[in-house]
Amino acid sequence: MLLCQQNLAKKLLMVFKMKLTAKLEERLGISLMYIVVLSIIILIFVMFILLFKMSWPAITKFGFHFITSKEWNPVKEQFGAWPFLYGTIITSILSLMIALPFGVSSAIFITEIGPKKLRIFLGTSIDLIASIPSIIFGMWGLFYLVPFIRETLTPLLKNSIGFLPFFQGPSFGISLLAASLILSIMIIPIISSLCRELFLSVPVTYKEAALALGATPFEKIKLAVLAPSITGIVGAAGLALARALGETMAVVMVIGNSPHVSLSLLSPGATMASILANEYAEAGADLHLASLCYMATLLFIVTMLVNSISRFIIKYFKPKAFRGL
Amino acid sequence: MMDNTCNNKKNDENINIVLKVKNLSAYFADNMVVKNISIDYYEKSINAIIGPSGCGKSTFLRSLNRIHETVLDARVEGNVILDNIDIYDPSVDPVEIRKKIGMVFQRPNPFPSMSVLENVIIGPKLHGGLSKNALIELAEACLRRAAIWDEVKDKLNKDGTSLSGGQQQRLCIARALALNPKVLLMDEPTSALDPIASAKIEELMKELKKHYTVVLVTHNMGQAARISDYTSFLMSGELIEHSETSDLFTNPKNKQTEDYIMRKFG
Repeated sequence: MLLCQQNLAKKLLMVFKMKLTAKLEERLGISLMYIVVLSIIILIFVMFILLFKMSWPAITKFGFHFITSKEWNPVKEQFGAWPFLYGTIITSILSLMIALPFGVSSAIFITEIGPKKLRIFLGTSIDLIASIPSIIFGMWGLFYLVPFIRETLTPLLKNSIGFLPFFQGPSFGISLLAASLILSIMIIPIISSLCRELFLSVPVTYKEAALALGATPFEKIKLAVLAPSITGIVGAAGLALARALGETMAVVMVIGNSPHVSLSLLSPGATMASILANEYAEAGADLHLASLCYMATLLFIVTMLVNSISRFIIKYFKPKAFRGL
Repeated sequence: MMDNTCNNKKNDENINIVLKVKNLSAYFADNMVVKNISIDYYEKSINAIIGPSGCGKSTFLRSLNRIHETVLDARVEGNVILDNIDIYDPSVDPVEIRKKIGMVFQRPNPFPSMSVLENVIIGPKLHGGLSKNALIELAEACLRRAAIWDEVKDKLNKDGTSLSGGQQQRLCIARALALNPKVLLMDEPTSALDPIASAKIEELMKELKKHYTVVLVTHNMGQAARISDYTSFLMSGELIEHSETSDLFTNPKNKQTEDYIMRKFG
């Protein structure tokens, strides 16, 4: 009897202990997750603060004039970000203009037109482009795209629309145009896969409504797929733009890294990211280093902004009926 | 004229057959969901289709304007004759057929990116040939016919999706009417609406009967009994019985029909 009671007490104690440890484990697990997540966010903040601190000498010296100043001369210790800002804007916008039609139409083809069996294969293939390391794009650009621009594309452009200010001057192949083309290939998968998700989320009932009104398959796509998704497409374009703004390696290899502002797309240039990669290792003077950090801070802010605005658009500007249905 | 002939249309030679369905079967891949159905639909009548869930009544309806075949692996066998033309003839363009046979869906589906006005005129606008003024006049006529003009005349430029559910459904009816179809297919048009909005749509259907032939799929037996002239009872894809509504509900010829009606009403 006594033994029995003792046994029971032991068992009870064990259960109690197990419960206690389970509770402890749970608490520990949850707080661990909190810490991990928080540390990621804190890390970003710390990165930003550090960057800001390192660029402080340049900020006090040049102020906002840094953004508009055209001269970048490490020897004279004159630093202005405008040529790089210009290169970044031109290459990103141009690449977006090239990639958007490709991305959107590939998404339409995959979700609406192509044979079902081909859809998955095509979708995955396009997504795989995103997983190619950017250095490989850079090498392909340097070995194939740059000579192609120099020998084939330039004469073609000069002979047809050469009077435009965008195609003046000599062409070495290494150029803003080369960088834009490489970037456009790199951002097509982003646009394509976001648009695919978007188009698949359009309720079938709109497509059927269009068909029932005697719309042709193309009219159906226009009415019931593209029109309701327009804000989402803008958001997708924004996310792709953010990627193009920050892309470094491939750009460094084909843009020529020359800090000059030229309207001609055939002339070499530089982007904010490319100049950072190019000069950071060799920056001797403190002010040079601080100016590069200042530029990094600007890039950081711009990409963050473009990214958050696009995410906001995608999330909150869906047509009302999407949420209702 | 409509009302006095209502009871014995079948024998009346003057009433035209608008839509003749002959041996229609519909499939999803190898699964036959509509089995060899033949029905004649008379001009200016409301024809209800009733039956348990999954009996193929929606698929049957969707086969009448060739929208069933837009689903992957779906296909149809048999003939549907409209104006002496078999809509399933290989030479016929389904796009042309869908202009003549309008459709209203279970859930109101005005285009979310368009205003009330744009939603009504989108059909004629797609097919072209009408001036802007003509389109606006047409829009008013259709909205009036769909009994929604008074409610929306001050918000023609608001989003179509900003209206209430019942209004959206009547807007969709107006949108279908804008193409002046011969036949109007309605796939449970009131199932997503509250009783008052449903009643309004039922009233509207009675009005529409004066101009169009309506084929109505409904899960609501009361609705079929209230407004239809003819009723078909489908079960497991087969047409069990098709006769005048008053006959079918008071004196069903088939035991299955009787059981179904008794169970639903009782």
